[in-house]
Amino acid sequence: MVKNVKLIAVIFIIILSFFILLKGLNKTNNYSPDLNSSKIDFNFKAKFLYSNKESTLYKLIDDKDFSIINIWASWCLPCREEHAYLLNLKSLNKFNIIGINYKDDEINAKKFIKELGNPYSKIVIDPTGVNSIELGAYGVPETLLINNKSKTILKKYIGPLDDEKFAEIKMIIENEN
Amino acid sequence: MKIKILILIIIYFISFFNFSYATNSEKVDKISKNLRCLICQGQSVYDSQSDFALSMKILIQNKIDEGKNDEQIYSFLKNKYGEWIVYDPEITKNTFLLWVLPLILFVFGAILIIRKVSIK
Repeated sequence: MVKNVKLIAVIFIIILSFFILLKGLNKTNNYSPDLNSSKIDFNFKAKFLYSNKESTLYKLIDDKDFSIINIWASWCLPCREEHAYLLNLKSLNKFNIIGINYKDDEINAKKFIKELGNPYSKIVIDPTGVNSIELGAYGVPETLLINNKSKTILKKYIGPLDDEKFAEIKMIIENEN
Repeated sequence: MKIKILILIIIYFISFFNFSYATNSEKVDKISKNLRCLICQGQSVYDSQSDFALSMKILIQNKIDEGKNDEQIYSFLKNKYGEWIVYDPEITKNTFLLWVLPLILFVFGAILIIRKVSIK
């Protein structure tokens, strides 16, 4: 009798661990960033690309209702792809689009803008990548949609913009108004 | 004999005292070893050479220079990137089992051993 109980217990434990393993395998353990995080710190200083002046991000975003912060670099290929979407966003005339030039060579960055057009109202440089981390960014390209009044991030896009994200940005600002 | 022991104790405490003065770069290493590199799974910020990790190390250095302590730096980064960035999980509802289970197993094992010994 005792032997039977032991046997059943062992079988039960094996079956249980099998199912735990099976369930564990189906679950993705990869980290997915929190895309709706609303915490933002605007108070860091950054230099402009086209002048030697410094400003805090806080000062850059206060004339329209919404801002878009786009982190880009000339060496980043997906940034090239998303550039047309930024130009389209600019033509909507509803945002301050602020570019953060991430770990880039300034000459290359200026070339990039000259070649593809300038969607940004202001461009600041981030040669060490520290400012981007202050914003909670992961890398390039990354786009933050910001409500200027409440100073919150409405949406964070990691990776290049596309049709879907473009439509979503339009939808979000219409709903907010 | 007593004097020798006393000297040893003194040396021990002196060495302890010296080690407590970690240089700044050692501090950066220490903190970055406890941080998960979010864009390179399975590596710490310390191990990684990715752009993200390199910037993170500069940021940690800056924060130390500003006079922030370890706790403040961790909580700053948790605030930006979430709980996941630190390797050491805090005790919450979700991680409760993780913390308590080893303790339960330890006590259970101890009971087993004690019972076996006392039967003999």
